Amino acid sequence: MDIIAEIPKEEYVKKCTSACAGCSSSLNLRYVLKAAGPDTVLVVPACCTSVIQGIYPNTAMNVPVYNVAFAAAAACASGMSNAFRQAGKKTNVIVYAGDGGTLDIGIQAMSGAFERGTDFLYICYDNEAYGNTGMQRSGGTPMGARTTTTPTGKTDAKKDIDAIIAAHDPPYMATTCSAYPQDVFKKVQKALTFRGPTFIHILAPCPPGWRYPTEKTIEMGKLAVKSGMWVLYEREYGKLTINAPSKAAMKKPIPLEEYLAPQGRFKGIDAKTVEILKQRIQKNLQRLAAEEAAP
Amino acid sequence: MKKIATGNKAVAEAIKQANPAVVAAYPITPQTEIVETIADYVTSGQLASRYIPVESEHSAMAACIGASVTGVRTFTATSSHGLLYMHEMTNWAAGARLPIVMANVNRALGPGWNIWAEHTDALQERDTGWLQVYVATVQEAYDATLMAFVIAEHNDVLLPVMVNLDGFSLSHIMQPLDTVEPGDFIPPLHLPHAIDPKNPTSYGGLTGPNDYFRFRWDIERSMRDSVKVIDATQKEFAKRFGRSYGFTDDYRCEDADVVLVSMGTFGKEAEVAIDILRKEGIKAGSMRLRWFRPFPHLDLAGKEIVVVDRDYSFGSGGILAHEIKAQTKKDVYSVIAGIGGQEVTYDDLADFVRKRRMGTEFWFGVNTNV
Repeated sequence: MDIIAEIPKEEYVKKCTSACAGCSSSLNLRYVLKAAGPDTVLVVPACCTSVIQGIYPNTAMNVPVYNVAFAAAAACASGMSNAFRQAGKKTNVIVYAGDGGTLDIGIQAMSGAFERGTDFLYICYDNEAYGNTGMQRSGGTPMGARTTTTPTGKTDAKKDIDAIIAAHDPPYMATTCSAYPQDVFKKVQKALTFRGPTFIHILAPCPPGWRYPTEKTIEMGKLAVKSGMWVLYEREYGKLTINAPSKAAMKKPIPLEEYLAPQGRFKGIDAKTVEILKQRIQKNLQRLAAEEAAP
Repeated sequence: MKKIATGNKAVAEAIKQANPAVVAAYPITPQTEIVETIADYVTSGQLASRYIPVESEHSAMAACIGASVTGVRTFTATSSHGLLYMHEMTNWAAGARLPIVMANVNRALGPGWNIWAEHTDALQERDTGWLQVYVATVQEAYDATLMAFVIAEHNDVLLPVMVNLDGFSLSHIMQPLDTVEPGDFIPPLHLPHAIDPKNPTSYGGLTGPNDYFRFRWDIERSMRDSVKVIDATQKEFAKRFGRSYGFTDDYRCEDADVVLVSMGTFGKEAEVAIDILRKEGIKAGSMRLRWFRPFPHLDLAGKEIVVVDRDYSFGSGGILAHEIKAQTKKDVYSVIAGIGGQEVTYDDLADFVRKRRMGTEFWFGVNTNV
């Protein structure tokens, strides 16, 4: 079935957000909510979406949004989900958190909520830095990227949050990217059919943070996937499926330099760091391919 | 029904009757018995709550917030470091106007590790917008917990309430407990701002200075309004169940020349001290402060005031002494005693009154008068 025909015309993110031009995370949110529908509450810790949704008393959002402290999203959602279920309500509880709120300050609450089998969907939209506060390094920042707290480029690798989530053995987890809105839609829809904790990790290119022209936001996501820097896959009851765009990239990847060169954050990256990034991509792809092939 | 119980068990009994939809909690000594007992009630089907065994106190309060905003009754219990760890979220709970009830078993703060009674933990929460009541007996722990829900959930209040009981000297002490059938004493919760997907609303988003300022005033206005709600709730409790409570628990204060002011279990010891002093011809009385927030008007005109603080604000003074000085505009004799579980007998309390030196501060046990 044509997935575009299936995507509802209803808009839950109205055309009055205060997002930056070319923001891909508001695009993600649009498809997340189209998939989730109106019986949904978003739980949002401190992140770009705290601002994007608009300033009191106005809101661009047409579902209830509960804003909560940085480290608290998953725990707050845990209480909310339990309260709804106790009242016999099926309302979707979706955490929509950035990479800082997920990989760094929110990881404890998230781990706890997953371990307890909370019935919720946790979405991490990952722009690989603390965007809301002016692009400081996060655990999601890739090696070599310049941020305002790594002015000569980050020396540490990106934290593999997906491996950490996988260790909690959720019934469903997936990666996706804003450059593939149908994929975002499909995976959110699927995640919400499971009972228990589910996780979706969305790569969200960020024009001011990554320093590329706003009109290249979709292209940047595609280059991330085509170079293998980002891999699209899903894990259902532990069984891994690598999705078609990444399958293609595994067969015939574009040179990593094509992804790095248009981005100001990688300007001046040294050859040694590029080599390390390439090795890590290879290792990651081999690991995923082996997992998928395993009986 | 009459029974024997610890302070912790009394709180848990009250929770069984208040029947919250969600209890989220993390263990910490000396509170653990409260949440263990509640978990047992839930597991054995005596209580139809959802019990969320969270991974931290920060998450305990966050989970209560998430549950409460759907419009259901919530409860948690903590102590000491647990309370401090949830400090960010205690502010959030009050700012979000959520009627969460929490039992805090007062305990000292490390280092070094000290699990005994002290009030500094709860008093570090005094500016968060929580109502705070301090109890002195097992019966009062039970009664105050039941009343806490009525007060917190009253639509003129809609602020969280913390019920404080002294670590070990009340949490683990067994005393008679008379439980009641609350019936409709705790009305069903109606949260006017409960989340409703049919009426999509954003909560706690970006708020400009003028609106933010107005919301802060709303908290204070409700804090002031809570005075009459507390009063009415305590009167209704007395009418239904025969036990009377005020903002303070006064003992032989009417004709007293000197009043010993304290909070928690010291207040009951003080009554023994007052009888001893009266026999010696010293016209003393005891005033046990029950409600610390909202801070009540204290009737201390024409009396010398001795304040026993089981807490301290370093570089400043006893916290209760400060509050009383600020209200009465009078010098007090400020005694710092019992912190970290230091033993203080009724003889010691009587001695504080006998040896009072108004306008000074006395550190009991190190015998330093400054």
